[in-house]
Amino acid sequence: MKIPPRARVLAGAAAVALLVAAPFGLKPYGIYLLSLWAVMTIAAIGLNLTLGYAGQISLAQAAFVGIGAYTAALLTTQGWPLWAAFVLATALSFVIGWLLGYPALRVQHHYLAFVTLSFTTLVFLILRNEEWLTKGVYGITGIPRPNVLGWSTQMPVDFYFFCLGVLALVSAATWWLIRSPWGRAFTALRENPIRASSLGVDTRRYTLMAFAIGSALGGIAGVLYAPLVQFIEPTAFALGLSFSLLLMVIVGGAGYFLGPFLGAAVSVLLPEWLRFTEGLYLILYALFVMVLVAVCPSGLIGLAERLRRPAAIATPEPAPPDDGTGSS
Amino acid sequence: MADFLQLLVAGLATGGIYALAAIGFVLLWQTSQTINFAQGEFVMVPAFFVLAAMKLGGVSFPAAMLIGLVVSLLVLGLLFKRLVVDPVLRHGVLPLVISTIALAIFLKEAVKEFYAADAQPFPAAWATTNLAIGSAVVSAQNLVIIAVAVVAVGLLQYFLNATRTGRRMQATAQNPGLARILGIPVEHMILYTFLINAALVALASFLVSPIYLAKFTNGETLGLVAFVAAIVGGFNQVRGAIVGGLLLGVIDNFVAAYLSAQYRAAIPLFLLIVVILVRPQGLVGRAEERTV
Amino acid sequence: MKSGWIAAAALALAALQAEAQQTVNMPIVIELSGAGAVSGTNFRDGAVLAIDEINAKGGILGRKISAPQSDTQSNPGVSRAQVQRAIDSNPYVILGPVFSGSVKVNMILAQQAEVPQITGAEAADITQAGNPYIFRTSFGQQMSMPKIANYIRDGLKAKTVSVLWVNNDFGKGGRDTFVKEMAARGIKVLADLSTESGQVDFAADVVKVKGANADAIFVYTNEEESARFLREARKQGIKTPLIGETTLLGQKVIELAGEAANGVRGHVGLTVDAPIPAVQGFRERFFKRFNYLPDHNGLKGYTGVYAVKHATERIGKFDRRLLAKTMHGLTIKPEQEPGILMEATWDDKGDIDRISFLAEVVDGKQKIVQILPKLGK
Repeated sequence: MKIPPRARVLAGAAAVALLVAAPFGLKPYGIYLLSLWAVMTIAAIGLNLTLGYAGQISLAQAAFVGIGAYTAALLTTQGWPLWAAFVLATALSFVIGWLLGYPALRVQHHYLAFVTLSFTTLVFLILRNEEWLTKGVYGITGIPRPNVLGWSTQMPVDFYFFCLGVLALVSAATWWLIRSPWGRAFTALRENPIRASSLGVDTRRYTLMAFAIGSALGGIAGVLYAPLVQFIEPTAFALGLSFSLLLMVIVGGAGYFLGPFLGAAVSVLLPEWLRFTEGLYLILYALFVMVLVAVCPSGLIGLAERLRRPAAIATPEPAPPDDGTGSS
Repeated sequence: MADFLQLLVAGLATGGIYALAAIGFVLLWQTSQTINFAQGEFVMVPAFFVLAAMKLGGVSFPAAMLIGLVVSLLVLGLLFKRLVVDPVLRHGVLPLVISTIALAIFLKEAVKEFYAADAQPFPAAWATTNLAIGSAVVSAQNLVIIAVAVVAVGLLQYFLNATRTGRRMQATAQNPGLARILGIPVEHMILYTFLINAALVALASFLVSPIYLAKFTNGETLGLVAFVAAIVGGFNQVRGAIVGGLLLGVIDNFVAAYLSAQYRAAIPLFLLIVVILVRPQGLVGRAEERTV
Repeated sequence: MKSGWIAAAALALAALQAEAQQTVNMPIVIELSGAGAVSGTNFRDGAVLAIDEINAKGGILGRKISAPQSDTQSNPGVSRAQVQRAIDSNPYVILGPVFSGSVKVNMILAQQAEVPQITGAEAADITQAGNPYIFRTSFGQQMSMPKIANYIRDGLKAKTVSVLWVNNDFGKGGRDTFVKEMAARGIKVLADLSTESGQVDFAADVVKVKGANADAIFVYTNEEESARFLREARKQGIKTPLIGETTLLGQKVIELAGEAANGVRGHVGLTVDAPIPAVQGFRERFFKRFNYLPDHNGLKGYTGVYAVKHATERIGKFDRRLLAKTMHGLTIKPEQEPGILMEATWDDKGDIDRISFLAEVVDGKQKIVQILPKLGK
């Protein structure tokens, strides 16, 4: 991107200011949507690490969001503070992600999609059937909103700022990660796995790391989701959410830092904008995705880039998981 | 034991349905590297073409089936290839996966919005009698499904191995670049694959809808089972689809009856994970060589 | 800081109230997509039919009803957002949702905002959470299951029973309540089978049920699954009486199961096949307007709107708190309000009491065998 740095900083500051000011002009419903956007963005950032940077198709993100949400719900309804849930859920998601990734990443990409798909459905079944732990199909109600350093987040605006704060922390951490030597190794992995390994990059280890960190972020998103909705049940964390998150990352632009922000915004806000079409908005969304993927597979941000620099050499698109000619 | 026989026969019958759904999926992957996440919806939709033809056009059932078949070939074969696959495939496999996921949503919601949300009865193409096999009872429909699936695979194998076009299609699948150099009209070969898949899913739809009832959500479970059956059986062999499908149908029934009904859906998924990790080429498939 | 928000909110509220003088706002928050699409669409259409009829006659106390619709997508998170949105618009009453999971989450919001809510959900615990603003227009499971249990004990004289249920909160809630009622009557549950929503193959379940060989089989799944189960049961030659609720004996199930539905018996709380002229009239009007036959959810939506109308006219003004208070203990007779279709009484928890029916499927039609009186009075 060749926008002058000062303009970029100004644009960034304007966006942040907008996010901070927005809730004051909105009714509780609008504030709720913004909070939901923040939570989904965190999950999408995680998936973006796995998919956009490390190039792995994962359909397991919904399961990690579910693990995070149930951890938070079970702990907080027993009186534990939310930060305990954050710690436990992050650790749990990271470890499970690592354990899942260890064997799963040995297989080729299209197989990984199916393995992660199975994992999500299995987790759903466990959440639904193990009633003694999760209350099964009845779900867990009455999830309280946390007290953050003495400040209650019960009101919609307060909780929104809490979500925004967590999103800011996650974004900063991810930014640092991508700029670090680790992050540069991820990018090398994505662009050319063979060359990367010939240069001594331990492909397996880095991919596994990306997968585990991405899963941990899914868990964090889940911990926020539970007190946001204040009621959780298993079907919210089934395959549908995994597909949703995948579409978010792709629509926004896989492999771009701002991709998840944009993708989550489209996914959460589009039903609102298309409300006048009554039942058609899902059809329109699906059509939109199909056209976008055909025209510009690097998502909306990729499209924006292309429009900004039509004559210059295009920024390399995040390489598709295989070598692109369609042969396996 | 009577129960055992009943479960086995019922399992094979349901497995036949799964197999039909999986065959086209495997075929598409084999010959054109297309992973069609909308395959379940492809099996759901042709029944609605038929119902719409009968309701709006007032045509008789046999005529409607013919119309349904033709429309399926056009929409799920030709249009699918030209409008959805071709523009996206050159960007790689992942964008195509995304596109077919979106296509599945589109088809599902379109049927729900423009036809009906509730289940529709679908007429059977032949009499629905029941037969007794020993002490087990099975419906003629289910036997026909197994028979049709087996015959379809047999014909397909013959076509692919013994006819010129079929062998050209296989060549295209193995190495499109080389095939082109050899003068094989690659584009046409790939188109034939899509048309065959469209015909197969239409056939599957007409066979299973009398039992399943036509409903917009049918694609969800069918799609998932088709993927699992294809991989477990062997992703690179059309025969694998039959093996995978039948196996899954039988296992599902036995697990539900003897182990745990609540976790019956988990066993195929476990099987999938185990097969992928231990024997990725599936039970019947040939080991794939890595191209790099 | 906080007082600033409160002031802003109060101003906004006042502005909204000023706007809403000419119409009465009754948003419909309902399942229009996802797993609950069929039930939700029926409920919505029933409510819309009632609203149009009332508006054609001048509305409630001279004000026409405005009923913007929102889709919960059968997802509790989305339904919470939609109820929040509805509450933001200063509603008089909220109609819906039908899915129990959705209701449990958005009920809390409606209660906090002191907005009466008419729901179609049947889970028992919805009216047991101490919410003075929730009302049903169909039996909760805690009221329908005792009736079924009585029939199994007295009508069938069964000592053992098998139960087959769909594994979601509707099916599980029904199963839990049913098992409790069986235990209270000393009837043993031999086979307890969970099935999946959307399940197609019932061979394993029928085999297990045959093996258990109970005196009766209670089937509690959704319409399509019920039809598929009935066909499989018929195919494998089950002779044991099959008992069910509204979802087993409905016209839709009969249509899908064909001959296999004959002989099925059960308790029907709300049915468009009731031999009551008012209900038949509703059925005709619904079909004429929407071109399909309604199920019991259509009745829930329809009678809910008329209940609100009648209670409001009794009070003489639009007061949400007073409406809720009035509805507790209220009885509406069809002579007073034809739109209520059948006499209904609400208790102090918001549950409804009505006559109900024991029915049997004979020759492809639902036949009412017995009319059961209201539980109270």
